[in-house]
Amino acid sequence: MRVAKHPILDDLDQSKKVTIYYNGKPIEALEGEPIASALINAGIRSFRLTQRRHEPRGIFCAIGRCTDCKMIVDGVANTRTCVTPVRDGMRVETQDGVGRFEKPAGTAEGDGRP
Amino acid sequence: MRKITTDIAIVGAGSAGLCAAYQARSAGAEVLVIDENHRPGGQLFKQLHKFFGSSAHRAGTRGYVIGRELLERVEKSGVTVWLDSVVYGMEKDRSIGVIHDGENIVVDAKKVIVATGAKENYMAFPGSTLPGVMGAGAAQTMVNINRVLPGKRIVMLGSGNVGLIVSYQLMQAGADVLAIVEAAPKIGGYGVHAGKIRRAGVPILVGHTITRAIGEKEVEKVEIAEVDDHFRPIPGTEQIIEADTICLAVGLNPMTELLWMAGCRFCFIPAFGGHVPMHDANMETTVQGLYVAGDVTGVEEASSAMEEGNLAGVSAAASLGLLTFEAAEERRKEILGRLDTLRSGMFGERRRTAKEKQLAETAAYEAGRRE
Repeated sequence: MRVAKHPILDDLDQSKKVTIYYNGKPIEALEGEPIASALINAGIRSFRLTQRRHEPRGIFCAIGRCTDCKMIVDGVANTRTCVTPVRDGMRVETQDGVGRFEKPAGTAEGDGRP
Repeated sequence: MRKITTDIAIVGAGSAGLCAAYQARSAGAEVLVIDENHRPGGQLFKQLHKFFGSSAHRAGTRGYVIGRELLERVEKSGVTVWLDSVVYGMEKDRSIGVIHDGENIVVDAKKVIVATGAKENYMAFPGSTLPGVMGAGAAQTMVNINRVLPGKRIVMLGSGNVGLIVSYQLMQAGADVLAIVEAAPKIGGYGVHAGKIRRAGVPILVGHTITRAIGEKEVEKVEIAEVDDHFRPIPGTEQIIEADTICLAVGLNPMTELLWMAGCRFCFIPAFGGHVPMHDANMETTVQGLYVAGDVTGVEEASSAMEEGNLAGVSAAASLGLLTFEAAEERRKEILGRLDTLRSGMFGERRRTAKEKQLAETAAYEAGRRE
């Protein structure tokens, strides 16, 4: 649920909207907000499943430290959704387990990139 | 790998880092601030409450307003700020590894100030890993920055200032806070914050703890119980609260990883959140030329983080010869005076004692090293 009106802060600017796809389903998001808040606004709180017991996890720290909120974003596993801003057309998927790093095409071996 | 040099590199663009940057730049240093976040300001912009202290600390001004003004000053001063840039390591020679704009860069600075802040503590109980259990600071970020409610019916664990303030801010954003649960026999935070909560009709249950979060895929109910003198739950006193969210306000711990890598000596001070780097009165660690400021030196609050940042910025600039000894001493005296005010009174005393212990342990270590 959006905090549109606030006793101290200005009204929330909801004029710039984008669409992201959560497990294929379109979800409305506000430009610039992190993936996590767009999902929470859509009523989604379970972001990934643990490797061994497949237990659900959601946000814990919301500042990019605990990595409990990681998901597969545009094919990249282990993306921290609490600090990654949405982009129009972004694909966000539930991550089951530790996820796999794939070397992006055209990157050299050992250049520090995932 | 590209290598760049600068006078002073600062890791962290929060309260402490920005103040350090402003001071060092004002003294004439070339300053680079690096932060992994998308926006500068650290946790300042989610602080909607009015700050405490004296008028010198902008008491009565809301945190995010202070943040806005600070950021404006820093931007005008000519400091270089790298955002979305992760510092992944620091060598013993204080060189810093950064991923900036997809490039791996080594930053070689004459002086380094680490102002990485702190992160929230976790508390384990059955069900505590369920979605819907989160840090109080996380909930605060969600409502005040991202403007979304992380839950509708909330139980807060911990009645320190974070627990009290975040509870009130969740209510301002439209959530129901059903209870604040506190294991200690009395409320931890300031009376003025607790008073606002009580007047709003929210019970603060001292001598209680959360024993269980109940739910299949996320939090659906919360079980609380009374505790005995040893903080053990008393069987038979359990109550169920129909809540969908649990916020944990059970303290923070300093994010010291880079300092351990660089070889800093540490001391253990529970009042500051655990292991904290030794540092002297100028905020310099046991690694020469490496300074610290803010919550990474021991968890306090934003006002003292800003003053420590000022102190580290002045000290680092002075050590580069950019300030005369007299000018630097005068600035330091002013800043230390303000820090002293912040670390006094009923609540500040504990932090003052902790800081004195940290400085004394550093002095003892340095004396031993000289022998």
